[in-house]
Amino acid sequence: MVSTAYTREDILQLLSRIADPEIPVVTIREIGMLQDVHMTETGCEVIITPTYTGCPAMGIIEADIKSLLDEHDINATVKMVYHPAWTTDNISEAAKEKMKKYGIAPPVHSGCDVANAEAQIACPQCGGKDTEQISRFGSTACKALYKCNECKEPFEYFKCH
Amino acid sequence: MANINELKYTYSLRIADNAWILSHRLSEWCSNGPLLEEDLALTNIALDLIGRAQTFYNYAAQLEGKGKTADDLAYRRNERQYYNNLLAEMPNGNFADTIARQLLMSVYEYYFFMSLQNSKDETFAALAVKTLKEVKYHMAHAADWTVRLGDGTEESHEKAQQAIDNLWMYTGELFEADETDTALIAQGLGVDNPSLHSLWETHIKNVLEEATLRLPTADYMQTGGRKGVHTEHLGHMLGEMQYLQRAYPDAKW
Ligand SMILES: [Zn+2]
Repeated sequence: MVSTAYTREDILQLLSRIADPEIPVVTIREIGMLQDVHMTETGCEVIITPTYTGCPAMGIIEADIKSLLDEHDINATVKMVYHPAWTTDNISEAAKEKMKKYGIAPPVHSGCDVANAEAQIACPQCGGKDTEQISRFGSTACKALYKCNECKEPFEYFKCH
Repeated sequence: MANINELKYTYSLRIADNAWILSHRLSEWCSNGPLLEEDLALTNIALDLIGRAQTFYNYAAQLEGKGKTADDLAYRRNERQYYNNLLAEMPNGNFADTIARQLLMSVYEYYFFMSLQNSKDETFAALAVKTLKEVKYHMAHAADWTVRLGDGTEESHEKAQQAIDNLWMYTGELFEADETDTALIAQGLGVDNPSLHSLWETHIKNVLEEATLRLPTADYMQTGGRKGVHTEHLGHMLGEMQYLQRAYPDAKW
């Protein structure tokens, strides 16, 4: 049986390569969407959780997981769970650092009230503190649009959630 | 008396219908927004609502146990089989009309999902936690714009007031409870809608005050959503929304 050749940890390791389709510098494991892998008699079940209920990347992620495991002859099913709800606390510190280098201001804190969270966002380009919100919704529902009054560049902010 | 799964099915379907119908309305703004950022905001909110509809349709289909999919429920019912609140199907009108609808609806949803978090049904509770995070942003967006329009120019103020006044008669049914509600409330599974009314009204009143707008006083309230009795607007919307599924059943990309 092929599946016995891989342990749960091996599979998690493999899946750690898959990038978030919308923020390709971070992986689905670093952002906290990859929750767990359960070994089954015929292969494995991969547990993922969406950042937002309408996240259009989930279909792509599911396909990426299946095709990667397929290349390794691992029989896999993907299950989407909503509990516990994903929060921006699930994003690793390393991933936040990568996001910043990529030009997206990482979430400041989570479990916050919306107005507080939006008050003080530092510019990911120059670190400037004098920034202002242009729109609460950016290119995707998980990001807001800001501009920096110091370097004059626009940037996106990954909203706390 | 319906069994508990039938009641939960109806309940899940209603929540999904509200999200689904409103998401379709908001998606009609795509490429028509008053400015690019707002085009993106309204369609992002629509996307959140589509996601919400999908999860609650999936749960409804699972409770029904007849092998239906979320798509079957979304696309293959007739007007009288949709149970969304009338407010959700109101046409977009001008931008102030859309913002007023968003305000009245998202504040209601905020209190509704706050309460549903405590449902003894684990799926309802988990989905409510997830949904609430998104609703907070929708509510902040609507409140900001209400203040900008209400406390803006003479024209924007007038249009914002008109919008709130026009939609007011569709807010009453949000706080009704029929047999399904009552049975689920009794078992700690559903939300006690009537108890949300004063919280909602106070919240709306505060936003309107900041926006220099008046809380409407008209007391005639139109209802029907829970019974599948809709305004003329829903049929027109479904005609467009369901065209592809009706013309090419099971079409694949
Ligand atoms: Zn800067």
